[in-house]
Amino acid sequence: MALEDIYTELIGEHSRNPENKKELPGATCSLKGHNPSCGDEITLALKVEDGVVKDAAFTGVGCAISQASADIMIDLVRGETVGHARELAHKFIGMIKREVTDEAELEELEDAALLQNVSNMPARVKCAVLAWHTLDDALKEK
Amino acid sequence: MADAQEFLKDFPLLGQKMNGKQITYLDNGATTQKPEQMIEALCHYYGGCNANPHRGAYALSVEATEIYEKARVRTAQFIHAARPEEIIFTKNATEALNLVAYSYGMTNVHEGDEILISIAEHHSNLVPWQHVAKATGARLRYIYLEDDGNLSEEDIEKKITERTKLVAVTQISNVLGLKNDIRRIVKKAHAVGAAALVDGSQSVAHMAVNVQDLDADFFAFSGHKMLSPMGIGVLYGKYDILDAMPPFLMGGDMIDSVEEQDTTWAELPAKFEAGTQNVGGAAGLTAAIDYLESLTFDRVEAIEKDLVGYALPKLRALPYIELYGCDSRRPNKTGIIAFNVRDVHPHDVASILDSFGVAIRAGHHCAQPLHHYLGQNASCRASFYFYNTRADVDRWIAALQKVRGVLGFGA
Repeated sequence: MALEDIYTELIGEHSRNPENKKELPGATCSLKGHNPSCGDEITLALKVEDGVVKDAAFTGVGCAISQASADIMIDLVRGETVGHARELAHKFIGMIKREVTDEAELEELEDAALLQNVSNMPARVKCAVLAWHTLDDALKEK
Repeated sequence: MADAQEFLKDFPLLGQKMNGKQITYLDNGATTQKPEQMIEALCHYYGGCNANPHRGAYALSVEATEIYEKARVRTAQFIHAARPEEIIFTKNATEALNLVAYSYGMTNVHEGDEILISIAEHHSNLVPWQHVAKATGARLRYIYLEDDGNLSEEDIEKKITERTKLVAVTQISNVLGLKNDIRRIVKKAHAVGAAALVDGSQSVAHMAVNVQDLDADFFAFSGHKMLSPMGIGVLYGKYDILDAMPPFLMGGDMIDSVEEQDTTWAELPAKFEAGTQNVGGAAGLTAAIDYLESLTFDRVEAIEKDLVGYALPKLRALPYIELYGCDSRRPNKTGIIAFNVRDVHPHDVASILDSFGVAIRAGHHCAQPLHHYLGQNASCRASFYFYNTRADVDRWIAALQKVRGVLGFGA
């Protein structure tokens, strides 16, 4: 696996300047997710109204992959219904686990589909899926 | 100083490639590589002597028993235990430490007592004591650090009191790589009637250990961090203390006699070795001890010291590298270097080094409280062994210099 296939410009950009890494005034819920193997922890804040993820943001620490993944995820799910946001999370996690490989199916993930190469790095899978698992858990009760 | 060729022939794995690059193995604090001699001993056992020891009245079983008990004698000699019965085989240091926590701790620690550990402990010498403290109503206290990373003199002076029932410290921190003055701590513990436990996981493969000289009541280590197979570990305990302790795991081979409602325990060491033991692992441990003794610890220490002395100035010359535990005011630095690359998460550092064939550890190294104490979430760790070379250091540092660039940061 070549380094530039993982540390793409997109990941570099999102990890250096994560626009969605901030507090979220008016959040309706927030949930912590953590990666026990490295101790990294993110807090995902969501504003859910009328069954729609109106806005989201995250705080915490993590590697380039987990931070970029969280940032890209929020861009993707903002404005989506709770049900669809969860579907996207499942699809992303499926992609990283190599359970979903069909390109047409992955198109819906937009920029997040560019993280697919992480599925070739078993040591980094947990980093990529941290935010998505947290999102799925947070929306479970909605 | 470190003549790679001499050792490389003994370590088949080190001649391999990782990601298409010559492997630079700098994760010896996690586990060491294995010499051919140890692998042969393991194969010899499983290929020619395998039987359940202590049970069968046939030649193979007798041979397996001999191999297993010889490992106990060799281990006792290796760490200078007074007698072989003081060596209990476990699966690793973690199990050895849990044995002490559950058996000694749960019996001897009571409400209002104190257990004292250092903030630099590995989770394996921390979480079991948290559990004992919670279960018994005792208080878990910590020896914190001086600004140079060494254990606080003041805490050692003040926190070992009449309330202290047990002091459990590591001989060498698995993150900071600093050797603690164990003899002094043990002496202080004994002066107040407390037991002293030493975690030797990071020390026993790198320096000569004499448990009687340390006067430690317990000493725990893993075989796999000292050239041996995974799955064999050791708990040393003073005979009288072990003898008075209740068993930890119960079942076959640890009994004297079993009736429907009652059981009497076997003598030491069998009392603490329930079930079929890791005889192959013990055979490997014997071979590892043979290897280390013929190499000598003077040589191991000289090589590791040379590598650290060679690496540190190169690391300090890189303005974006932050080092931990590298400024000790005492001559007690060992071959472990913890560091961070500014702006870059340790996992990204490790992945990038991996692509250059360099293996290091990234994360909290099972020492989360220490990292929080240092104000870090995680760090990178390079740890040497005698088969590492200056060329390994060069490859590591060359790869480190690429890290920030890969993530789009300036040098």
